[in-house]
Order: sequence, then C-alpha cells, then structure tokens
Amino acid sequence: MNSIILRTATRFMLPLLILFSIVVLLRGHNQPGGGFVGGLLATSAFALYAMAFGVPAMQRILRVPLTTYIAVGLGIALASGVPGLLEGKPFLYGMWTSFDLAGFGTLKVGTPFLFDIGVYITVLGVCLLMLLTLAEES
Amino acid sequence: MNLTIVAPILIPLATTVLCIGLWKDRTMQRFASVAGALSLMAASISLLYATSDGDIVTSDAAGWAAPFGITLVADTLSAMLVMLNGVIAVALTIYSLGAIDTKRESFGYHTLVHAVLAACSGAFLTGDIFNMYVWFEIMLLASFVLLTLGGERGQLEGAIKYVTLNLLSSGIFLAAIGLLYGMTGTLNMAHLSIVLDRAENPGAITALAMLFLVAFGIKAAVFPLFFWLPASYHTPPVAITALFAGLLTKVGVYSIMRTFTLLFDQQMDITAMILMWISGMTMVTGVLGAACQFEIRRILAFHSVSQIGYMLMGLAVALYALANAQPDSVVARETATVALAGSAMFLLHHGIVKGNLFLISGLIQRLAGTSELKDLGGLIKTHPWTGVLFLASALSLAGIPISTGFWGKFVLIKSGLAAGAFALVAASLCVSILTLYSMTKIWAEAFWKEPPESMPEPLAIEGKGDQVRIGLMAAPIIGLAAATIGLGVFVDPLYRVAERAGDQLLNTEAYQRAVLGEHYDRAVEGTLHELATVSDGGHVPVTAHEEDQP
Repeated sequence: MNSIILRTATRFMLPLLILFSIVVLLRGHNQPGGGFVGGLLATSAFALYAMAFGVPAMQRILRVPLTTYIAVGLGIALASGVPGLLEGKPFLYGMWTSFDLAGFGTLKVGTPFLFDIGVYITVLGVCLLMLLTLAEES
Repeated sequence: MNLTIVAPILIPLATTVLCIGLWKDRTMQRFASVAGALSLMAASISLLYATSDGDIVTSDAAGWAAPFGITLVADTLSAMLVMLNGVIAVALTIYSLGAIDTKRESFGYHTLVHAVLAACSGAFLTGDIFNMYVWFEIMLLASFVLLTLGGERGQLEGAIKYVTLNLLSSGIFLAAIGLLYGMTGTLNMAHLSIVLDRAENPGAITALAMLFLVAFGIKAAVFPLFFWLPASYHTPPVAITALFAGLLTKVGVYSIMRTFTLLFDQQMDITAMILMWISGMTMVTGVLGAACQFEIRRILAFHSVSQIGYMLMGLAVALYALANAQPDSVVARETATVALAGSAMFLLHHGIVKGNLFLISGLIQRLAGTSELKDLGGLIKTHPWTGVLFLASALSLAGIPISTGFWGKFVLIKSGLAAGAFALVAASLCVSILTLYSMTKIWAEAFWKEPPESMPEPLAIEGKGDQVRIGLMAAPIIGLAAATIGLGVFVDPLYRVAERAGDQLLNTEAYQRAVLGEHYDRAVEGTLHELATVSDGGHVPVTAHEEDQP
C-alpha cells in the first residue's frame, strides 16, 4: 500500500506496539496477558510494517527466516523445562532466582517466564509465516 | 525417575524443534533425525529397565501433584509401547534416508515424523485423560500433513477420509471427556478410576464408556469404523505408511486397553461382549478385505485391520473371564493376566512385523518398479534375499512357529480357551489361515511366478549413490526381520515382560497408589476437596474443589 500517512505512522507505531507487546508479556505472569497475547501483538506490529513497506522490508528487519523464530521459540520453551529436571525435580518445575538491583529492589526471574518468552517468539514466527503464506497466494 | 519418564517425549520434541531450525539444511536434518531416533531408542530402553522390577514410574509435570496436575505414568505396558516407538523410530529414520525424495524432505518430513513420535510417546505415558486428547491431536495434525506431503491426487483423496473420520473421533473423544469431567470432577485417570468405582449408576458410565470406545475405535480402526484405513494407507510413500501401521493404530488400541481395564470396569459382562464382537468382526472383515486385493500395500492395509482384532481379543477375553467368574477368583485373574499379556505381545509383534512388511513393499517397488501383483513376478531369481526377508515377516504375521506372531497368537488362543470364548478362538484360527493365504498370494505372485509380459523394466540402479540408498532401505528391514525371529526364539523374556504388563493392568490399586501417592487414602475416602498444597512445596497453594459423588 503506497500511503505516506500509513508509512509515517508505522514508523512511530512499530516500536510502540512492540513495547506494548513486551509489557503484556511481562505482566502476564500474575495478571491477564502472557506470551501468546504478547506474541499476537508483536505480530500485528510487523504485519503493519509489511503493509506499509512491503514484505521484503519486513523480512529485512526480522533479519532471520521465520522458521528460525519458530525453532528458537519452541527451543526456549522446551529448555525452560530442563532446569527442573537437572535439579531432580519434574519436567517444567518452576525454578526461581533473584537478582539484587541496587536501589531498585530485587528482580525475581524464573523458568515460567522463560517458557512465556518461548511462546511469544513461537507465536510471532508462526503467525507471521501464516500471513506471509496467505499474502503470497493472493 | 523424572528424567527417565519424560525423556521419550522430550527427545522427539527436541528433534522436531531442531529440524525446524535446520529447515533449509537437509543434510543436517537427516543427521538430527537419525540421532534423535537413536536417543529415543536409548531412552525407551532405560524406561523399560526402570519398570523392570514391577514398579510403576510416575512424574508430576511441573511439580503439580496428582490429581490436579498432569501426571506421567509408565507401567510395563506403557514402557513396552514406548520401546516399540523407539524401534520403529530407528528403523524408519534410517529407511527414510534411502527412500524419501528430496522434495518431501525439504517440506519438513523429518520434523513431522518426530512430531508423530513425540505424540505417540506422550499418549502412551500420560496419566491424564485430557492430556491424552492433546497428544492425540498433535498426532492427528502431524500425521495429516505427513499423509498429504507431496500433494498427489490419491494422497489427497485418502487424506480426506482419514482426516474427516479422525476429526469426528476427536470430537467424540472430547465430548466424552467433557461428560466424564462433568460426572466426576476429575481428569486424572487414577483418580477417575477410584471415583467411577463409587458411582451409583454404573449404567450411565457404561454408556459413556461406549462413547470412548467409538472415539478410540476410529483411531484404532476396528470394525465397523475402519474404512479410513484401507482408503488412506496405500497412498503416501511406504515409509510413512509403515509409521502409521506400526504406531498410530497401536495408540488407539492402547487407549482402549487402558481405559477399559482402569476406568470402565464396572459392567464387564457388557463391555466384554461388545469387545468380543468387535474383535471377531474386525479380524474377519479385515482378512476378507485383504483376500480380494491385488496390490501389496492394499493387502497389507487390510491385514492391519484384521490384526487389530487380535490385539483387542486379549482385552475382550480378559474382561470375559473376569465377568464370568466370582469377584476374586484366582483362576479368572490368571486367565485375564495371560490374555492381556497376549494383547501386549501382539501389539509389539504387530508393530515390528507390519511395519517391516510395509518397508519391504517399498523395497519391492524400488527394485521392481511396481507393487501391483499382476505386474510382478520372478523376484526370487533376481532378488532372493528380499524374498527371504519377506518370507520371515509374512510367516510371522500368519503365526508360524519360531516367530513372535506364533507366540502372540498362542498365548491369546490359550487364554481364550481357558476363558471359554470358543467362538472367538475359532474365528481367530480361521483368520490365521486366511492370513497365510494372503501372504502366500503375495509370495506366489511376486516372487514365484514367471515374470509377466506387463512387468515394467526395473528402475535403474546407477552408481554408488543408488546402492547406498538401497542399502539404507534394506538395513532396517533386516533388523526388524531379525527382531521378529529373535524374539520368537528367545520368547521367555518377552513373555515375562508382557505378563507383568497384564498383571499391572488388572491391579488397578497399584496404579492408583503409584499415581496418587500420599493422597491415595483421601481419594478413596472422597475427601480430596480441601487438599491445599502440592507434593513438593515451592508453589502457591491451590484450593481444589471436587464433588464427592458424581
């Protein structure tokens, strides 16, 4: 679509949407949100970019093929189950560690969050791949 | 123990992911595929070893205790079938290196094969009925793509029947789970087994059990729900058919065996009668269907249906023996154990032999250029070793001594006679003869008779590359043929494992105790409601509500 309004707006929207998707991803641990919704939001950001600047431009900013996104996402999600196993606990057992952020409290990070990141990346890859495939056919 | 039981699921899943990551690199995908299959086999051996002293190995996924979380359970039957999974995986991935064309490989063949393997492992190992549904779905989706990969006309035609009926089956399965959950308030199979035994209205549960029987029956391809199988099995490349015949139908049979021994054992007289009819009719219709086919793969596909009948025969006989005896009759219990052991042996035997026969049909097609019996002939002169390998597997399928097929049928028929299921025994013996007839037909037509005029020119075998490819196809066939003869000669360990599987299937209390652990007593009392924390601490307490009575 050759519209200067869309292109200009997309330049501002893309980072905002991705930022928003990450916020949704992060708050998902305790509140509504999470990797799946976050991934969908991120997909919409890139889909918007593809509409404004064309599919090749979108593939350029994604840098690696979409299948790699899917593989990395699934890999992270699977790997998030392994730390528990290594400790002799069941698969996917939640393992937590906390970092002391001097002056900003402590940051608790655990394997469930890792799982969510995996879902986020997988959803991003799968949905964009679907969109691209449909766009190619039409 | 946690690692042992999750590894057979985790390894093929990781291989799937790896193959997606290596999407463009076919060579690396092949390495990953074979390495993944070998690791799966190693993991399945270690799981079988872990269950070898009669223990039921369990692991609560993510640490959420049964009956609230998803529990993975490996008793001997599960471990045996995971072992079969490993064997088929290795044979198939090696065979595929020589048999699958580059086009299919570049559209994710290896990825999908491992997805199917992961789903089969998952279905064998899960102790949660809804989770079983999820594995069924993964299996269905991956197998659908495998079936249509390549997009040939015949494939799509077969796939439509396959997908329609299997989606219907999934729908029925899901509805049945919903009803079951509505009645009992739990999805954990061990807990369900306790709650269902307390139910006031066993008739309603048996009605529900029939819904499960239809759902699993479609997956297992039993009479009268098997039509999708002969319609679709001959269409994809043989490596894929071998995977389907070796594993997918087994998952359906396993589910029937698991649910009808563990969950739906309230009105065994009714379920036994129905299962006996299904088993007998499946045997007979399958073998008659095979008798009038003249293409190797179609014959084998109909035989797959027929053999499903034998797998169910053990279960039917076991339930029949238990239903017709006093509640704690030792003799009936013994007979039932032997019958279930027969089913377990037959599952293993059929996975190996039928998988192998399909692989051989692929080899024949590669060497002779066709698998139509009327166009084949004289292969015994040109390819004597292929003939020997075929003969070993075919005779094992028919049940000639010193093969696993003989022992499987022997144990089934022995228990059938002990239980007094004479009609079913007679049917199974007649079907054996007809099986022999079909196998003789392939032998006589493809190997014995003079080559007909219409026999096509054999496909050229050019250079070293083709020789290597044919070698890769032959190696797993030799291995599987050796396995069926070897296990037939040294049958004792196999039988002891199968007997332990049968014994564990009947000992539902041991299963319940192994899964529910410390909560077993409260589950039996029906006071599991205010159970607050999980087995191991470290989590936010959950409050679960459970209805006392359905």
